[in-house]
Amino acid sequence: MRITATSVIALRALRRNKLRSILTALGIIIGVGAVIATVSIGNGAKNQVESQIASLGQNVITVFPGSTNTGGTRGGFGAASTLTIDDAEAIEREILGVVAVSAEVRDRQQILANGLNWNTTVMGESPGYLSVRAWDLAQGNMFTDADMRSTAKVAIIGQTVATELYPDVDPVGQTIRIRNLPFKVLGVLKPKGFSFFGSDQDDVVIVPTTSAMRRVARRQYLSSILIQAQSPEMMSRIQQDVADLLQQRRGDREPDFTVRNQLELAEAATATSKTMTVLLGSIAGVSLIVGGIGIMNIMLVSVTERTREIGIRLAIGAHDRDVRIQFLIEAMILSMLGGIFGVLIGIGASQVVSSQTGMPVLISTASVTGAVAFSAFVGIVFGFYPAHKAAKLDPIDALRFE
Amino acid sequence: MKAVVQLDNIHKTYSNGEVEVHAVRGINLTIESGEFVAIMGASGSGKSTLMNVLGCLDRPSKGRYLLDGVDTSDLDRNERADLRNQKLGFVFQGFNLLARTTALENVELPMLYNPSRIPSREKRKRALDALEIVGLAERADHLPNQLSGGQQQRVAIARALVNNPQILLADEPTGNLDSKTSVEVMGVFQKLNERGITIVMVTHELDIAKYCKRNLIVRDGLLVRDELVQDRSFSDRELQRIREEEAAAKLTQSA
Repeated sequence: MRITATSVIALRALRRNKLRSILTALGIIIGVGAVIATVSIGNGAKNQVESQIASLGQNVITVFPGSTNTGGTRGGFGAASTLTIDDAEAIEREILGVVAVSAEVRDRQQILANGLNWNTTVMGESPGYLSVRAWDLAQGNMFTDADMRSTAKVAIIGQTVATELYPDVDPVGQTIRIRNLPFKVLGVLKPKGFSFFGSDQDDVVIVPTTSAMRRVARRQYLSSILIQAQSPEMMSRIQQDVADLLQQRRGDREPDFTVRNQLELAEAATATSKTMTVLLGSIAGVSLIVGGIGIMNIMLVSVTERTREIGIRLAIGAHDRDVRIQFLIEAMILSMLGGIFGVLIGIGASQVVSSQTGMPVLISTASVTGAVAFSAFVGIVFGFYPAHKAAKLDPIDALRFE
Repeated sequence: MKAVVQLDNIHKTYSNGEVEVHAVRGINLTIESGEFVAIMGASGSGKSTLMNVLGCLDRPSKGRYLLDGVDTSDLDRNERADLRNQKLGFVFQGFNLLARTTALENVELPMLYNPSRIPSREKRKRALDALEIVGLAERADHLPNQLSGGQQQRVAIARALVNNPQILLADEPTGNLDSKTSVEVMGVFQKLNERGITIVMVTHELDIAKYCKRNLIVRDGLLVRDELVQDRSFSDRELQRIREEEAAAKLTQSA
């Protein structure tokens, strides 16, 4: 009922002690600023990792070859040469919820074209590869199942290869030579940038798996099989089905493959940045609480200093509640102003960090509103005791206070 | 005449740890509307305790206190606050104005806590009227530290008047003032009393008590004397006398 009048009184009291008010709010300003800055930087890092993971493709399950044990000599992880194109076809044929499968063969080759040469990764893939990787062509077309069956000498190339080999010619329709065999360029991929692991994803030549096996890598086994699930919910079930199917195809032999889920990778990758964000955020949160204690301290000083004023107010008819609200509002104004300036400083600081180090930042409205709300909460919590103390004063004693 | 204050066998006992102090031990008193009463007594006589009971700042341990017909004995803290706000006006020895707050805002203060909402323009008008009564309307925007002691006390009186109380309670209102300013402040009280406002004040100065109409003496927590003032002082006459004396002093100096 008397809230407006009380707020005016509180504001006047704060204005009378400008420097003190500013210094008190500084604790909250620093706390909120630190929270906003760390959370923004943490979110930025997490976001970057997530988009890199997403660039690997949507809902991807990968089968890697396992290790070997030949007469007691154990090969390392990925040494097994038992993953075949038949395995890939079986997966595509027999497992429900699989959208696309790509049998992958990786090899490194020196390639020639347009009077230039370039050492790059040549990958054998199925036509479904672009779907699995969520990758589009900038121009031209993808090779087809017919090309797969006929081990056609066709290729699509990444942006890096295109700019290195065809600086000023349209690559589509040109011929590149891999192992001295002519491959016709059918299309150019859109740029995808660097992968989560730091390699240039655009530095690649993609040919049909069958062509890669017979003409380029000249081997009968696959580097991996990429499987795209219809939805994220199906991933763990498909992961299990793939493992079961491959084991069934191998009979009693020991498993020589590993099935990995993209989500596991994403979780591992984001876990680090999450830990850092939580750690830094909680340190910043501690400084917010310290700021709150600063407010409580000053409010207690203020109550003692203004005991006589409180006595006058009580004597001329203020209720306990009027006095309590007056001091609570003072504490809340201090902490909310601190919160608002803290948000501005936090945003500024994260922008400076971002421009100086190139780290991406993401300022979320949730963290901003959360920080301001929390600082108001700090004001109420740490303002309550001093306000209560003021409201419970006896008017006679308060008036006699020197 | 209507009784504004009626005290029936009022006792007040403070327990200070193990020692019990009987500050007031059975006071009966009736104050009627329009009276101008001075309560006198030595320190420790119980006059301040009596004043705190009259001001509803303290509750009697025993006895009944009717203020304007309302029994105050079983009111809680907030109800007593409302009563102080509506029916009582306080003037203190140390003025007790809010520092760094203008005279006008100080006078508006009791209306802030008035249970019925008063529009801010009305508040301003009533505060200015009250300042006008004490002769300080032109100082409305001054801060307390820009005013003399007498002026500060007059602002405090305006603050006490602004909610149109039944009684003005003044606790040693001239205690911090020099003799001439004291006479001026008593003049303000006399003028208010002529307008029909009931005033009860505590003082230990006999000559100040003579400006009132009725004097009460408290000793050891009891009312020992209650009499009407015979040779009453009037501030107009006293001020005239002081002016003449000052003029005479100047004359002798210049001579």
